[in-house]
Parts: sequence; C-alpha cells; structure tokens
Amino acid sequence: MKIKIGAGILVFFALMAVLGPLLIGADPAATSEDGLQGPSAEHWLGTTQTGQDILLQIVYGARVSLGVGVLSALIATVLAVAVGLVGGYVGGAVDEALSVLTNIFLVLPALPLIIVLAGYLPQRGAASVAVVIAVTGWAWGARVLRAQTLSVRRRDYVQAARASGEGPLRIVFYEILPVLLPVIATSFLATVVAAILAEAGLSFLGLADLSTVSWGSMLYFAQNGQALLIGAWWWFIPPGLCIALIGTGLALVNFGIDEIANPRLRTIKAPRKART
Amino acid sequence: MSILEGRNLTKHFTAARGPRGRFGKRPPVRAVEDVSIALRAGSVTALVGESGCGKSTVARLLAQVYPVTSGEVLLRGEPVRAHRGAAFKEYRRQVQLIFQDPFASLNPFHRVRYHLARPLRLHGHARSDAEEREQVAELLERVSLTPVEQFMDKMPHELSGGQRQRVAIARALAVRPIALIADEPVSMLDVSIRLGVLRLLEGLARENGLALLYITHDIASARYFAEDITVMYAGRLIESGPSEELTQSPRHPYTRLLLESAPDPDRVAPPAGERHGEPPSLIDPPGGCRFHPRCPVALPVCSTEVPGRTELGEGRWTHCWQAGAALSR
Repeated sequence: MKIKIGAGILVFFALMAVLGPLLIGADPAATSEDGLQGPSAEHWLGTTQTGQDILLQIVYGARVSLGVGVLSALIATVLAVAVGLVGGYVGGAVDEALSVLTNIFLVLPALPLIIVLAGYLPQRGAASVAVVIAVTGWAWGARVLRAQTLSVRRRDYVQAARASGEGPLRIVFYEILPVLLPVIATSFLATVVAAILAEAGLSFLGLADLSTVSWGSMLYFAQNGQALLIGAWWWFIPPGLCIALIGTGLALVNFGIDEIANPRLRTIKAPRKART
Repeated sequence: MSILEGRNLTKHFTAARGPRGRFGKRPPVRAVEDVSIALRAGSVTALVGESGCGKSTVARLLAQVYPVTSGEVLLRGEPVRAHRGAAFKEYRRQVQLIFQDPFASLNPFHRVRYHLARPLRLHGHARSDAEEREQVAELLERVSLTPVEQFMDKMPHELSGGQRQRVAIARALAVRPIALIADEPVSMLDVSIRLGVLRLLEGLARENGLALLYITHDIASARYFAEDITVMYAGRLIESGPSEELTQSPRHPYTRLLLESAPDPDRVAPPAGERHGEPPSLIDPPGGCRFHPRCPVALPVCSTEVPGRTELGEGRWTHCWQAGAALSR
C-alpha cells in the first residue's frame, strides 16, 4: 500500500516533468502585465510579481528539480557502490584508505561545502550542481554498503565462488552486488530526496543558476519579492508543497522496499500463500 | 602414491581479542598440532572428531584457505604454497571444496546453470554456449539431477537441501579436480537423504579416481563410507587405520568412547565406565596426551609426555602410551 501511494506520487511528478513542458510549450520565464494575481481561471495557480505563471513554473521546475535529484543520486550511488563494495571485499590497506576517505567526507559539513563549491563553479548549470551535491553526498551510502559487504563476503557462496576460481571484480559485481540491491535502492532513493532538498536550498540561497526555473529558484524569487509579507501564498506554497510531496513519495517507496527486503517490518500479513 | 597429503600440519591462530599474556601478546589458539593425513586416488578417507577438534581447520589447510604455521601440504608429492593469485587458481583446479551448508553455498540470485557454467568457463573447459550447455547437462546427469532440462534453469530456492548439495557437488566437479574435500557434506541434510548424497560421493570417487576427504563427526557414517578413518581429538591425531578394523577393534580409549557414544538399538544398559568431561581449551591445552584428563586408562606418563606414533601393522597406528606399552610387553 505504502509503495503504491509513493509510486503514484512519483509517477505523477515524473510525467509532469517529462510530458508537461511538451504539452504546454510556453516560456515559463515570460513576463506579463498581470503581476501578483491570485489563482484564477486564466492562471490556475496565480502569477508572480513580474506576471509569470506559477503553474507553468512548477511544471518546468519539476524537470530541473527531479533531474538534478536523480542525476546526483546516480553519481553518488555509483561512487558509494564502488568505494563501499571494493573496500569491504578487498579489505586490508585498500579498505583502510577508502574508509579514511569515506570518513572524511562523512564529517565534512555538507551544506557549507556545497555552498562554497557552488560559489566557485565556472558555470552554474543544473548538471554541475548535481555533481557538487553528489560529491558531498556519497559517503553515507558507501559506509552502509561497506558494512553490508563485510557480512556478505563471509557467506559460503562467496567463498565457493572464490574456490571456483572467480576473480575479485566478478565476485564483487556478480555475487555480492545482487544481494545488496535492496540496500542500494534504498540508499539511492534517500539520496534523491537529499539531492532535491540540497538543490532547492542552493537555489533558494541564490547559488544555483537563477535563470533556469526550478522549485528552489521559485522560492528564491518569492522570498525576494516578499511574497509572505504581501500574503501571496500562491507564490511560495506550490513549490514548497511539491518538494514535500516528492520527499513523501520517495520515503513511502523506500519503506515499501524495506518491507519487501525485510519481511519482519511488515505490519499487516499479506494474504499470500505461505512458501516453504 | 597419495594425491594430496598434509605433513605435520600445525596451525596456531592468534585471538583478535581477549586477555593479553606477557609482553602484550595474546596466547595463540593451538587449533591443529602435528597432523599428517594422506588422500589416495579413487578412495575415501574420513577425518573424524567432535566439534572444535580442528578437523575443519585441517580441511582448510589442505585447501590452502589459510597458510600453515608449520608443516607442509603436498600435491602429487610436490610441496605447494598457493594462497592467492594465479597459484591459488591453479591449485583450485586440482583441489575443490564442498561446503557444509547447501542453503548458504549457492548464491540465491543465480540459476543452477550459472553456478555450473562459471567454473566450466573459468577453467576453459567450455568455450561456446553449445559446449557449456552440453557440459552442464552432463554434470547434472552425473549428480543424478534429472531431467536435466528442468533443473538447469531452476533458482536455488526451488530446490531441496539434497538437490542443492548435489548442485554444489556438481559445481566442484565442473572444475575437474583430482582431490575433493567435503567438510561435513551431509550434516545439514535430512537424515533420509544423507545416504543418497554419500553414495553419490562414493561413486564419483570410485569412477573418476578422485581422492576424497570426508570430514565428519559421525563415525558411523565414516565406517560405512570411507576406506580409511583418521580420528582427531583437540587438534591432535588419535588413531588411524582401515575403517572396518578401526571400528571393530579400536585401540585408543578415545576412539572406544566415540564408538560407544553412537546410539545402538541393541544396547539396553548405558555403557559402563562412563566418563564425563569437556574437550580441553585449545589456548591452554593439557600437557602430554591431550586426552589424559578424560581418559579412563590414563597412566602417569600420559600427563607429561606426548605419546609418539605406535605402528600396529596393516596400516594402523595410534598415539597412545597404553598401546605402546601393550606392544612392548
């Protein structure tokens, strides 16, 4: 049930991000005469101070926010898998070195670092923001995966694969990786949430590219235009709500995966035939 | 000539935690002390002992899973040291392992076919998909998992314990080894299917000239299944000989106790002269014969000096002061 609701939310936003701009096909940054209007038949979610349509911005912003979230989670997950699995399986000096690296990135204060890195970026496109977020966010996943690998590598089937003469890379990616897929999926989704939040935070602080419309930059302009003081709730509530909903959707899917991977977490017994 | 031989194998483990002795060093666990064992082609040798007596450690030393503290492993009479890299892979081509728990030794994410095809490919026995399929089918046939078409594409969770162990045996055979080390291969299986798996192993050893080491705590199954039995206690050798003679007339008091402890439906009264006790600590083992604190016929000399090997003829020998005294009398 959780996974269905969560997946529903995610599919909704994904469709919005992929199909929305194609269907509407207008410029979200285009200004008009009707500034600061509340929701109406013409502008469903109202307009900004400069007369931009909020709904249009939400739809286009979904692309940037989701895109940055997924891209940086992909990069972070690849880094975490490489560092965690290799360190955990190989052990010894390699593991020591990778552990030290992981620990350094763990204790680095992520947000200030992101801010500093983003400030020095040569160009502030969505992709470079995604890379910055990934670089600061992979360490936690690597730590979890290393711990899991340490337990899996002791299992008999890994020893048996070694006895058959399998090489270390093959063992890591064919024997250990599939077993850890639920963990990897969970950490991927958690990273997507963190990255969306980080992107919104960066944009809100004006450190991302403000000429592209994202939910974060919408919040930035709403803050600049003193939407709260004016009482223009339609300006800041939609982007905030979207971020919250995406986070909820991803978290629900994550809980669902946990329940599949760990049946003890299931609250209701599924009416399925018992397997022996 | 023996295919695989361990000569005076000794293995001391250093504990990772625990009290430190003098000079900050932790005392070693003396898991295996001066053990020699030889496997012959086409025959089954059993290594028997209770839990914690070091029999699995001997298996792992022979399999080169970890290095010996002293002593040597000989493959076809040649000393080998192959713990990593190409040498390890080459050694694996000759000596294969069968694990105790078939529920843990097959990766739940791979089909039966994958488990068998990988060693075939790795060791260059199969070069094309057609060859691979043919050889996987042949392997399944050899371990009596028929119809092979049906078993080939099964996932491990669709198989029973016995079937899984057969797959594990087939995987070991896929490498085409000359020696096979089976560490308690049937102890996790249902009693009703143990015999089938043991018969399969026996047949494979006979037909293919494999040297098989069968490690078990069950001396009754060793008697049924192995040509030779070697008994271990607390890391040391106790007695060895052809299985029928050894079980009929055990010469070492430990072997006698081990045989008596096996349930016997014809015996009504509990065995006389029962001695209780625990196997000794391997960190601080008793001096002399390690069995003397529990031995019903211990002599004064037993607690001070390690008994040497007493040859009893017909390939039998034992490490016991009593047997030595009886011979010289």
